[in-house]
Amino acid sequence: MDNPYTVPAIVAVTLATLAIGFYGLRLARTTSDFLVASRVVSPTWNAAAIGGEYLSAASFLGVAGLILKYGVDVLWYPVGFAAGYLALLLFVAAPLRRSGAFTLPDFCEVRLHSRGLRKLATAFVVFIGWLYLVPQLQGAGLTLTTVAGGPYELGALLVGVVVTANVALGGMRAITFVQAFQYWLKLTALAVPVIFMVLHWQADGRPPVTPSDGLTFPAATSLVVEHHATLTFPDGSTQEVRAGEELTFQAGDQVPHVSGVDTANDLDWLLPGNDAGGLFGTYSLILATFLGTMGLPHVLVRFYTNPNGAAARRTTLVVLALVGLFYFLPTLYGVLGRVYTPQLLITGETDAVVLLLPVAVLGSGMLGQMLAALVAAGAFAAFLSSSSGLLTSVAGVISTDVLAHAGDRGPGQRGSVRDFRVAALVGGLVPVVLALNVASLDVSQVVGLAFAVAASSFCPLLVLGIWWRRLTDLGAAAGILAGGGAAVGAVLVTILGPPLHGWSAALIAQPAAWTVPLAFAVMVAVSLATRRRTPPDVGTTMLRLHAPESLRL
Amino acid sequence: MGSNLSAVLAVVALVSALAAAVWGVARLRARRSIATATQRATYDVLHTAGLAADSLRTGLSQASAGKAIRHLRALVEAPGLALVDGEAVLALDGRGTHHSAQLVAASRKALTAGRSTVLGPGELPCDRVDCPVRGAVVAPMSGPDGSAPGALVAIADDQPAPGLVQATLETARWAGAQLALAELDSSREMLARAEVRALRAQISPHFVYNALSAIASFVRTDPERARELILEFAEFTRYSFRSHGDFTTLAEELRSIDRYLTIERARFGDRLQVRLQIAPEVLPVGLPFLCLQPLVENAVRHGLSRKPGVGMVSIEARDAGAECHITVEDDGVGMDPAVLVAGVAEAADSHDSGHVGLSNVDERLRSVFGDQFGLVVETGLGAGTKVSMRVPKFHPAVRTSP
Repeated sequence: MDNPYTVPAIVAVTLATLAIGFYGLRLARTTSDFLVASRVVSPTWNAAAIGGEYLSAASFLGVAGLILKYGVDVLWYPVGFAAGYLALLLFVAAPLRRSGAFTLPDFCEVRLHSRGLRKLATAFVVFIGWLYLVPQLQGAGLTLTTVAGGPYELGALLVGVVVTANVALGGMRAITFVQAFQYWLKLTALAVPVIFMVLHWQADGRPPVTPSDGLTFPAATSLVVEHHATLTFPDGSTQEVRAGEELTFQAGDQVPHVSGVDTANDLDWLLPGNDAGGLFGTYSLILATFLGTMGLPHVLVRFYTNPNGAAARRTTLVVLALVGLFYFLPTLYGVLGRVYTPQLLITGETDAVVLLLPVAVLGSGMLGQMLAALVAAGAFAAFLSSSSGLLTSVAGVISTDVLAHAGDRGPGQRGSVRDFRVAALVGGLVPVVLALNVASLDVSQVVGLAFAVAASSFCPLLVLGIWWRRLTDLGAAAGILAGGGAAVGAVLVTILGPPLHGWSAALIAQPAAWTVPLAFAVMVAVSLATRRRTPPDVGTTMLRLHAPESLRL
Repeated sequence: MGSNLSAVLAVVALVSALAAAVWGVARLRARRSIATATQRATYDVLHTAGLAADSLRTGLSQASAGKAIRHLRALVEAPGLALVDGEAVLALDGRGTHHSAQLVAASRKALTAGRSTVLGPGELPCDRVDCPVRGAVVAPMSGPDGSAPGALVAIADDQPAPGLVQATLETARWAGAQLALAELDSSREMLARAEVRALRAQISPHFVYNALSAIASFVRTDPERARELILEFAEFTRYSFRSHGDFTTLAEELRSIDRYLTIERARFGDRLQVRLQIAPEVLPVGLPFLCLQPLVENAVRHGLSRKPGVGMVSIEARDAGAECHITVEDDGVGMDPAVLVAGVAEAADSHDSGHVGLSNVDERLRSVFGDQFGLVVETGLGAGTKVSMRVPKFHPAVRTSP
């Protein structure tokens, strides 16, 4: 893939991001006017910033790849990723802002006054952050491999090091305007090419997405086989291929099904409920994404920027609109990928569809290459913004909750900055190591697991903490340990364990449907059993969480 | 299928074993270095006492007594141990629950007399045949000043032995010291709160005088401006004298500084320049009430009023992860650091000193956020002054009210 525009586009995005980060504040906010200086971030800007931080490589690359592979079943991924903000809006946004908490461990302290619970929450924040960082680095490695060649490990390593150094040196602080810029960049990078591609599809005579006689190659394609596999053609004939063999297909040839690559064919692709764990997996996914968004550390941190609870609600509403708009686009990429890049169904590397599609549809002329460069730059923006937001959150809780206690003994003014750097290094190293070892998993599926852990640990804590007076610290800790612990176990088995089959596979691959109810049940039961430990000031705390600020209580 | 399940179980077992091993190693490391029996005993006693102290240091209540009683009983080694506050049994561990009323009565007597007593079987009558309680030691937990908020009652299944009496007395005395420390903590907090109140009412008298004379000079020449200034002054005093809440937000504090500077500009005219650089993300951060305004006032008074020509005051607030960094800087005459240190030391007594604002803000920041969050002053003769503070975005004690 020799595209002369890609590397300059990626470099330009990175430099623009850094420049806004370093100089934007100085230029935009240096004033002698107090009215300008004390102007709060408007809900629209804040929502764009949340979108910028939230729309990760999983959304940008992964969703389109999954849709290409599995079809309508996985539409729940984009729907759930967006609808999670509805749960956040209804149950959490305003009370959380009113609590004054900056991070989730802070909320534990406000509501239940427990140091032990705070530590537990810190551990989960770090775990979720790491788990969410892994697919970002995977996506980065994939992008660099696809657009510039070179091994996957180099890409993931390079990006991991760049982001870590950036966060450690304070270059990419979670600045609202930088993140808002990233959102609009990502939206543009997907929206502009898709307009051209849909027009082209129209001009092509609208080739069907699921033709009755199977998918066909739109152009001559050649592939190099990497593993021994069996190809099954739609007419029933099979062909054995060995590693190193080169396969060539002519335009109009039918696309074979490859053993070992899990894809949905034809009708399966259009009909719901045939794969991805069946009905149980689907409900699990819905629960995880609907309830997991409220437990993502880097999203909650941004709510602090809102001046009050009402603004937090308004922001969430705008986020819902912006994110919903965005998720429409990767879905289109996945659908168009069926027509124009069916070879990805043979290789299984469907996450690359967004990157390859512009050239595949529009040809390798100037237009196709320019749009491909734009998409690559958008993908780069996606993992740059979300991974630095995530790493900042993870490093933040590590430095305040783990390292600060070591520093309590000798007060040092420089301590906080040094702590933060050490925390950023530690926080960046772990996901890089993980990303190098789990290359085989789909980007969106790993993100789905992070959502499952968040939904089974922090969602019950937040929902019960905000809406139920009788929650106790022991109950909360037990619920997080039971539900979150079970989800963490499932994640570890999925990532590190052997492949599973049958029911255990469904239960482990999409654990949310049993871990979320488990967490709620344990939390309620243990809280009722330890009624004496209800915080004495629960009435005051509840008033603080729910009374509008304008009452000035 | 079977092999998969066993593989899953193996992974789960491995992970939990790893966690248990880490926990165990951390636990053992504390004990490994102990060699002799005496060291062992010292460690055990101090460790147990430390566990009890954690809850006693929060004051004497049912909750803290319930947590401490187990550890205290381990120290006394009695069959039963109770913490009584003169009206009720706060917590009881071990035997003797059905003697509560007698124990409370005996403790009340002991607390009024201020002396410990030993109860024999005669003073603890019981109609239960199998009652194991034969005696008790009642020891008031008196602090260094002699007052005792409660008593420690050790229950014996025999006539109390001298060893038990000794152990109970010493433990009660130690617990009394811890409770006194708890009282000290709470009075220190009260003092800090009183200090916040003391500073808030204290707008500098210089400022009131200067403001009124500046406004007076406009009354004839520019009545409209004079009226505006008086309104600003009124708003400024309303904010400074407000009665609700010890904390405010950075945005509110900036608004008050704006009013303050409008009035100062009436005096200095174009000589006073202001440069602001405020990250919008930190505007909702909670700060102790009136902790930024004195710094700006200090910058204007010490930086500008003694210097000819234009002076610049810059206020900067940066977002730094879980903290907000605020600096107030002037390009005035500065001061000798040694003089500043001496001034801050004196400031506690003399309210006339120019540094009272700085040291008071410093004290309040430390008392709210902890000692690592004090003010940092960088200055030199002729080099201007830069005062920086760090404010955590979240602190459990901070509750902002608009």
